[in-house]
Amino acid sequence: MDNRVKDNRAWLGVLPVLLIVAFSGVIPLMTVVNYSFQDILDFDNRFFVGFQWYSQTLNDPRFITAFARQLLFTASILAIEIPLGIMVAKGMPRQGKKATAILLFLAVPLLIPSNVVGTIWQLFARPDIGLMGVSLNYLGWNFNYTASASQAWFTLLAMDIWHWTSLVALLSYSGLRSIPDPYYQAAELDGASHWQTFRWVELPKLKSVLIIATLLRLMDSFMIYTEPLVLTGGGPGSSTTFLSQHLATMAVGQFDLGPAAAFSVIYFLFILLFCWFFYTIVMSESD
Amino acid sequence: MTWMAWITPTVIFFAAIAALLVTLVILELFHPTEKRRGFLQLKTTRGDRVFISLLSTAFIHLFAVAVFPASIWLGSFAAVAWAILVLTWG
Repeated sequence: MDNRVKDNRAWLGVLPVLLIVAFSGVIPLMTVVNYSFQDILDFDNRFFVGFQWYSQTLNDPRFITAFARQLLFTASILAIEIPLGIMVAKGMPRQGKKATAILLFLAVPLLIPSNVVGTIWQLFARPDIGLMGVSLNYLGWNFNYTASASQAWFTLLAMDIWHWTSLVALLSYSGLRSIPDPYYQAAELDGASHWQTFRWVELPKLKSVLIIATLLRLMDSFMIYTEPLVLTGGGPGSSTTFLSQHLATMAVGQFDLGPAAAFSVIYFLFILLFCWFFYTIVMSESD
Repeated sequence: MTWMAWITPTVIFFAAIAALLVTLVILELFHPTEKRRGFLQLKTTRGDRVFISLLSTAFIHLFAVAVFPASIWLGSFAAVAWAILVLTWG
């Protein structure tokens, strides 16, 4: 019989964190919600406007196109980075010095700050002096990412894949390494092909790390700001203007605090929806 | 109220959320929740159902504001009805 007295006082230890989160996260978020219902310039010049900013934002073609662009970007990088990351992890040696060296190389892009990544790619893709830009022009492709929307997208996607596929590869590698050898031996005895081993042995074991990898990439790509800002500045036109950049223009550039707050709340709700979706999948997995 | 430019509607909104959280804590102390599977086909606790109903009411309101901004109350009625449905049978 369990005679232990139930003591929950250890939870009080979380109190300082709760206070810090309240001051750095919860109260600012509440302020944003509060501003989203007002036409506010400063403390003495503010008016209650109801849902006007929400209605305006949701019917604003710039918001709708930025949102569509954001979804397309996120879907594209997920569709490329997840399979590519798995392929890289599958191609790596299971142990030894080579594996360590490859792991170190893979970690390098993850350590570079986003604005530096943007600058590297801006120089790398320039059609006049950049290695990639000059090479592509030499091969006969009239490449100038500052003038063509599709080429700007191509460069952005290439940059994100270069920057973040390593993360998926590292996570997949750790997942693959956790599969015990007898699983492979059993598959071999059953005469399973490479594809069958991957599909029925490795993929089910990789499921939880892949969910985490997808969640991390989804969240991060949905908030992407610095790299496109440095690389393309949202252009040409507004072809690579994503949600966060559009928001920054409204809030910091035009100082439209009310509409920017409504925009932020809508943006936040969608991120919350994605998080809830993945949380539900992870929890149903653990059940 | 003047602190940080608060206005009555947002104060009422956040006070309601705070009251909801306190109610959940009190309910949990006296009637601990058990996971169950309702019409949403998800295993949910009471807190999960509150979160789902809050999030979905927010989206119902967004839809109402975007499509018929003049009659937002319709959206509010739909949202409350949906929330009751989720909390009871979700």
